[in-house]
Amino acid sequence: MEEPMIGSIPTMQEIPFFAHQKLRVLRNRGIIDPGKIEEYIARDGYLGLAKALTEMTPAEIIKEVTASGLRGRGGAGFPTGLKWQFCSQSKGDVKYVLCNADEGDPGAFMDRSVLEADPHAVLEGMVIAARAIGAHYGYIYCRAEYPLAIHQLNIAIAQARECGLLGKDILGTGFDFDLEIYQGAGAFVCGEETALMTSIEGKRGMPRPRPPFPAVAGLWGKPSVLNNVETFASVAQIVLKGAAWYASVGTEKSKGTKVFALTGDVNNVGLVEVPMGTTLRTIVYEIGGGIPGGKKFKAAQLGGPSGGCIPAEHLDASVDYEKVAELGAIMGSGGLIVMNEDKCIVDIARFFIDFCQDESCGKCTPCREGTKRMLQILTGITEGKGREGDIELLQEMAVIIKNSSLCGLGQTAPNPILSTIRYFRDEYEAHIREGRCPAGVCTALKRYTVDAEKCTGCGVCAKVCPTKAAKGEKKQPHEIDQATCIKCGVCMEKCKFEAIFVN
Amino acid sequence: MAKLTKEDLKKIKDKVLAKSALKEEGPRARVTVHMGTCGIASGAKEVMSALMAEIADAGIRDVAVTTSGCMGMCSREPLVTVECLGREPIKYERMDAAKMKRVFQEHVLKGEIQTPFALARGEESSE
Repeated sequence: MEEPMIGSIPTMQEIPFFAHQKLRVLRNRGIIDPGKIEEYIARDGYLGLAKALTEMTPAEIIKEVTASGLRGRGGAGFPTGLKWQFCSQSKGDVKYVLCNADEGDPGAFMDRSVLEADPHAVLEGMVIAARAIGAHYGYIYCRAEYPLAIHQLNIAIAQARECGLLGKDILGTGFDFDLEIYQGAGAFVCGEETALMTSIEGKRGMPRPRPPFPAVAGLWGKPSVLNNVETFASVAQIVLKGAAWYASVGTEKSKGTKVFALTGDVNNVGLVEVPMGTTLRTIVYEIGGGIPGGKKFKAAQLGGPSGGCIPAEHLDASVDYEKVAELGAIMGSGGLIVMNEDKCIVDIARFFIDFCQDESCGKCTPCREGTKRMLQILTGITEGKGREGDIELLQEMAVIIKNSSLCGLGQTAPNPILSTIRYFRDEYEAHIREGRCPAGVCTALKRYTVDAEKCTGCGVCAKVCPTKAAKGEKKQPHEIDQATCIKCGVCMEKCKFEAIFVN
Repeated sequence: MAKLTKEDLKKIKDKVLAKSALKEEGPRARVTVHMGTCGIASGAKEVMSALMAEIADAGIRDVAVTTSGCMGMCSREPLVTVECLGREPIKYERMDAAKMKRVFQEHVLKGEIQTPFALARGEESSE
């Protein structure tokens, strides 16, 4: 018998947030207890590994992964199968499989969530990769600020060892592979592959030139494969269900699904997995439930400090590697920050360049000094000290920094500035030429003024003003002296007649 | 657990599915508290403590309690899934100790779904 009340509760499939998602990497979310290996096995866990070890040769594994079209989910989108093939062709008895869990983009939490909710999926993918390239040891590079992820991983590793799914003679097939967690201290640059390996070697995490690529000379100079958490978590399903199954969703060049950490000015903040090629509009308005408070969508920031902003006119763009790059952002690891009309685009660009100049390791002068100079210029613009020519100077510096930095951090650091200039040049110009912040965010550019018609001369503003900038005769319209006003806004807050406004 | 072979994986699957299935002789209900970092940050540990205290007070042994990771909707955390024998699972959102107590008393023990806190029923589709 149907209960009277239950019909009023929507099914998961009736809720747009869930209905538009396609779960592959996140297929076990909220279902299994990540601390119990048997629950992962009950969801067909480790069957992909069993198939890879008992029915496939290393070359066949690589062929399957290549055919699936899987591309690196850490951001750059390099074909995973090709990377494995290069490493498998490198000579050497000692090779390494490395998992990049050094998630550091502001607002991104995909890797943490996967590691916390389904750690065995990552381990299984790593063992399959090890078999494919002929490695017997691996590392998961995870930042220490993810204590729960590390805790769940440690439990999962111990259980996998006990079950013979890690260690010697895995599943009785004679294949050996073991791994350990290397905790990073949280330096953003250590997400760059060569810096990550240098960090595992016990040295200061700084990038080195490529070539040689890690597939030839990686960790301790040995051939290594480094993939991101989400990439490894996709592998077992590909092996188990086949390349054709995996490639059945997505676009021509971007196959499968992508996990996004959806945050910012959006109603449903959370972790979402959608087919490649889903439109930004579907992600923001259907899954994300739109912008709170009926505000307008201004832009979506994709790819964190290496990415860019996609404005409202491209809401119907397909989210895949090619299209996103064409629009001046990057797919990145999956951070997707929604911004409403109240956000100042110059301030956003300033935030990201501040992050990059803070995280620049300092090895390359253009990145170390260039990002600092860019920050100074942007800060100047937000403080009303912008000068004609600043935009062109930023663009010129961006090209130099991109072309002359050794690693991805410097090569992509100017992207948030370039993409915001591309789409919101008028907003930069309003700051520089008119001393005006259209979003009303930049404090130094705010101007509090009194509407003489509404002002009754009650004197409240003069009483509360901490710098005596608000003044006037009793019962006469008051005025605010711009030279002494510190833009604290207390006069506007206290005025009972809404006679003070800001622009 | 002893070292596994490929055949063992299938046996484990069958065993886990049989063991975790709800049945008359118990467990007749299962409560899952979603305890990813997002859940814990919003108070899932307090929800879990309240649930354990309720079970101890009621002195019952046929309700299974389990934890799981984030189920995606971080902004509605803490989330709790309640499954009773023969009925659709219910996901409760924005839980706290008081709501957990009520859900346990009314839904788990008496079978009355607490619609004001319910987010959804059923399960997510997967391939």
